[in-house]
Amino acid sequence: MKLLTCPLNGKRNISEFTYGGEYHVMPDHRTSSARDWAEHVFFHDNIAGIVTEWWCHTASSFWFLAERNTITDEVIRTFKADEIYQQRIDFTAIATETPS
Amino acid sequence: MPFGLLKYGLSNNYPAKHHFTPSKELKKHYDVVIIGGGGHGAAIAYNLAKYHGITNVAILEKSYLGGGNTARNTAVIRSNYLTEAGVNFYSESVKLFNNLSNEFNYNVMMENRGQLTLAHSDAAIRSFRWRAEVNQHMGVRSELVDRQTIAELVPNLNMSEDSRFPIMAGLWHADGATARHDAVAWGYAKGACDRGVELHQLTEVEDIEITNGRVTAVKTNRGRVECGSVVQAVAGASSIVAKKAGIPLPIHCYPLQAMVTQPYKPILTPHVSSPQVHVYVHQTSRGEFVIGGGSDPYPLYNTRATLDQRESLSAAALELFPFLSQARLLRQWAGTTDMTPDYSPIMGLSPVENYYLDAGWGTWGFKATPICGVTMAELVATKKVPDLIKPFELERFYRFEQINEAGATAASH
Repeated sequence: MKLLTCPLNGKRNISEFTYGGEYHVMPDHRTSSARDWAEHVFFHDNIAGIVTEWWCHTASSFWFLAERNTITDEVIRTFKADEIYQQRIDFTAIATETPS
Repeated sequence: MPFGLLKYGLSNNYPAKHHFTPSKELKKHYDVVIIGGGGHGAAIAYNLAKYHGITNVAILEKSYLGGGNTARNTAVIRSNYLTEAGVNFYSESVKLFNNLSNEFNYNVMMENRGQLTLAHSDAAIRSFRWRAEVNQHMGVRSELVDRQTIAELVPNLNMSEDSRFPIMAGLWHADGATARHDAVAWGYAKGACDRGVELHQLTEVEDIEITNGRVTAVKTNRGRVECGSVVQAVAGASSIVAKKAGIPLPIHCYPLQAMVTQPYKPILTPHVSSPQVHVYVHQTSRGEFVIGGGSDPYPLYNTRATLDQRESLSAAALELFPFLSQARLLRQWAGTTDMTPDYSPIMGLSPVENYYLDAGWGTWGFKATPICGVTMAELVATKKVPDLIKPFELERFYRFEQINEAGATAASH
């Protein structure tokens, strides 16, 4: 069984985790076009090489990021999301600002 | 006759013709360059040459003919999909498959054995009834069958009511079939080469030159080739090749694993699939049981086999066919699948004017090979998108018009 290191729970079997997709910066839906939004929702870089991606430890519902090589399946490192996200994003406030 | 055979066997000068053109230098210019020498690429070339008179065509294959996902799929042919676009498209493919050996004068070992998908829950029965209605409306043979009929169709299936997921009903698809996947690729390539198409193996496209929104040439490891138009048919590497043309795709590549047992006498006629326990099983004409299931749980460009998948596939196969507990596994392998968000392919025009896409073939590529050859060749020859593949264009994602075949596809090839 392949092991993955969760920044919260340590080394666990990879079957305990759920893959969460590529890491992307979400476009601001108030300013982005429908085309850009479609690309963000459906399209993938799908790189053969080292990628940054979301993972979740399913049982503890802990989301984190991993750098993984998609050719060799080696996980280079895993880290907490606060390395990238220093501030809380208030989605509710953004949603209410949306023009109808 | 026996003497003729003996003479032939002892002769040093075998009159056998080569199937494909022997390796030679690339020309400076081709009217059509097809990237990818699998079943699809060969089928497109065949149709261009035979039905559209376009023979200045090169198939560029980085490895060898039919050595990618054409060789790795489990050769299931069926058309019991859910959407109008899907059923229309795949049922045309099944019709072409039925006549393929005649078309080629070359045996593709087509066997119309039928396909049975099992329901282990009320929800599955509801969705099967829906699929059966859609299929029948469009002239595809699908029907909901009860436990007694299932037991008659597959006498050695575990019908016990004490199993974890007892079988409640099934979707019987009499049009389901199988064929020899290698022979399909060879038949198309042979027919194309006989008509003047050049097959270039060990020829990898490294870059694509684009001027004013048009492809002008492709750079390969064997030199630069100018081209009138380009078709990419490289399932498993679609994103990588499309990126060279500057085209982003909604694809993620996942490995899909399968395995075969030692050969047995013929005891299983139809293809049996269970979306609930994530497995499908059929017996090849050689006698081996082919066991396959769902994709790996995360994306990877690697065709390694894993113990996890072997365990889960074995457990599920034994639930359906307990007699396989004594079987020895001969091989386990993987292919790389281009998974799209809606489990439908991406075919047709691209943002680059003379660059055509044949991508996103996930786990449903082999069964579409003949119709893909017909429709893509028509598109390249006439520059008009055939109605049959219009719904599968890349633009659908920008319009949020997906063609949802997730239910009719997942783990039920």
